[in-house]
Amino acid sequence: MASIQYILKRLALMVPTFILVMIIIFLLVRFLPGDPAVAIAGDRASDADLEAIRERLGLNEPMLVQFWLFVTNTLQGDLGRSILMRTPVTDVIFERLPTTAFLTVYAVVLSLLIAGPLAFVAALNRGKWPDAVIRTVFQVGLSMPVFYIGLILLTFLAARLHWFPVGGYGDTFGARLYHLFLPSVTVALYTSAIIMRNLRSAIIEVLDAEYVQFARAKGLPNRLILGRHVLRNALISTVTLLGLSIGGLMSGTLVTETVFAVPGVGRLMLEAIFARDYPLIQGLTLTFAVLVSVVFLLTDLFQSSLDPRMRLS
Amino acid sequence: MTNDMPILEVRDLCTTFSRGGVALPAVRDVSFNVGKGEVLGLVGESGSGKSVTLRSILGLSRRYGDVTGDVRWMGQDISRMPERKLRQIRGRDIAMIFQEPMTSLNPLLTVGMQLTETLKAHTDLGRAARRDRAIEMLDHVGIPSAASRLEEYPHQFSGGMRQRVMIAIALAANPKLLLADEPTTALDVTIQAQILDLILSLADELHMGVILVTHDLGVVAQTCENVAVMYAGRIVEQGSVRQVLRTPRHPYTVGLMRSVPQDVPPRTQLYSVPGTPPSLEALPAGCAFAPRCQNQTEACLSARPTLETISEGRAAACFNPMAIAQGEVA
Ligand SMILES: Nc1ncnc2c1ncn2[C@@H]1O[C@H](COP(=O)(O)OP(=O)(O)O)[C@@H](O)[C@H]1O
Ligand code: SF4
Ligand SMILES: [Mg+2]
Repeated sequence: MASIQYILKRLALMVPTFILVMIIIFLLVRFLPGDPAVAIAGDRASDADLEAIRERLGLNEPMLVQFWLFVTNTLQGDLGRSILMRTPVTDVIFERLPTTAFLTVYAVVLSLLIAGPLAFVAALNRGKWPDAVIRTVFQVGLSMPVFYIGLILLTFLAARLHWFPVGGYGDTFGARLYHLFLPSVTVALYTSAIIMRNLRSAIIEVLDAEYVQFARAKGLPNRLILGRHVLRNALISTVTLLGLSIGGLMSGTLVTETVFAVPGVGRLMLEAIFARDYPLIQGLTLTFAVLVSVVFLLTDLFQSSLDPRMRLS
Repeated sequence: MTNDMPILEVRDLCTTFSRGGVALPAVRDVSFNVGKGEVLGLVGESGSGKSVTLRSILGLSRRYGDVTGDVRWMGQDISRMPERKLRQIRGRDIAMIFQEPMTSLNPLLTVGMQLTETLKAHTDLGRAARRDRAIEMLDHVGIPSAASRLEEYPHQFSGGMRQRVMIAIALAANPKLLLADEPTTALDVTIQAQILDLILSLADELHMGVILVTHDLGVVAQTCENVAVMYAGRIVEQGSVRQVLRTPRHPYTVGLMRSVPQDVPPRTQLYSVPGTPPSLEALPAGCAFAPRCQNQTEACLSARPTLETISEGRAAACFNPMAIAQGEVA
């Protein structure tokens, strides 16, 4: 397993990223045309409110002082109040985050369940008809926009056949699995196509590796060769890809949450943008940055648990 | 020793790959026997089909190309045996060590796992017994403090040590025949001799037959009883090492012999057969060696010489074989 030291080192490497994200978020409101205080408090804010905000953010102070205030406020969990919700940004985000996290993990699990077996079937039948069929189907899936697939599913399976709900999310775990099935499938169709393509070519490459030939020469059962020798090695590159595609996954979630009326942070971002709710936009941007970094870290840790050569560096 | 019934008989082995629709005849009409405990040398330049021959014997080439001919193991034809049954011969009766120790071990699995999984596939030893046997094998191939190295990964071993690990894995289930594919080519000069000695002394101790692939006739001279020389996928000369090296009949064998460094530090290449082997996509109509041959005549360009028996166990494929010096017997 990865050492504590390694994790700390990775965390330290994230610091510059966060400084950059903070700077961008900070500049976002300051470079808007007009008064930043109005942007942050909303058009209908009273003069007293505006004054309070100027005070809190030090808008009359030099930029560096303002930035320092911004950083210390953020580190203390104070991201300001949402104009739209009239509650602290942190509260709004923490209320919505679990739904999105659930949806994302659900989608990733579904993607792996779909892509894993099919990648094996395609790779082992390389160039034959099962390979051709699987690749064609996924190619079509890849070339259709997420929201379009979502709308089709929604129209047929939910609105017409009533197999699934048209929106919302449940209270229990089981109800959530049911409510979020269509949104997850919508996201998963896209990600599974990417995973399938990558895993298929990784498996094909690993199947020809000398150590797999050697495993065959040892007389191991085929199941062991595929599971222990081929899959593990093929997964290394696929896990990297999965980690890197987290950004794409999130934008997919954003659209999907909107189509399926799922109250997650993705939809919240759209609402915030339309309402010019800058404090919320700032908070969400920061949240996404944190999420992406956490996913990268997890990907890394998973990889180093797979690959002993990574544990040295 | 070779009077016994051979343990392995290879007859008319042909392996054909295809690249972009063009057929690549990597191995053609290869036939030889290996007796119990016999060490057979298989020599030829890089690309002559030595590795493919070994892999075809074990059925590893099937998934990449078309393999025909007979491979008889203890009298039973295994060339058409289904993968599921063949698996019980691989590793247990016939084991193989590969040319590249750096890429032939799985980088993600401990050395101990890679050793014990073979034992699990071929023996009914329990977990603890497999571990003991694994330690014993690592010890046997000369890996110091074997027990503590079981949990290590291939990248923690040097090339020579990895080759020892591969030998330990191959020999773990007590095979009767070892296919050794250039086991020392990728190694440092200083340890080549050690590894070769190790293989041969273990073979001797375990009464195991060996097909030793090499491109060095000097190694063959020191270690093998019989030798087959391959060129462009075919055997062009074969026989006992003594006879072949004393009275080589094929011009290519002579060329290879001249490229063996003598009285100089090993592996200083002083001479190599001029020219390069033909590409398999475009083999000449006649003798494949013709473009590089000093004895070449008109006949060599239009017809291909077949492998003719010269005497008991001795054959060569050449229209104008090398003359036999006075007093020598072919
Ligand atoms: N899986 C394969 N697919 C296509 N061509 C191959 C394959 N394996 C080997 N070959 C070709 O077969 C020929 C013989 O290769 P090989 O047996 O490895 O030669 P060597 O005598 O050096 O061991 C080479 O031209 C090689 O490129
Ligand atoms: S057949 Fe002719 S070309 Fe071929 S090796 Fe003999 S002499 Fe040379
Ligand atoms: Mg080779």
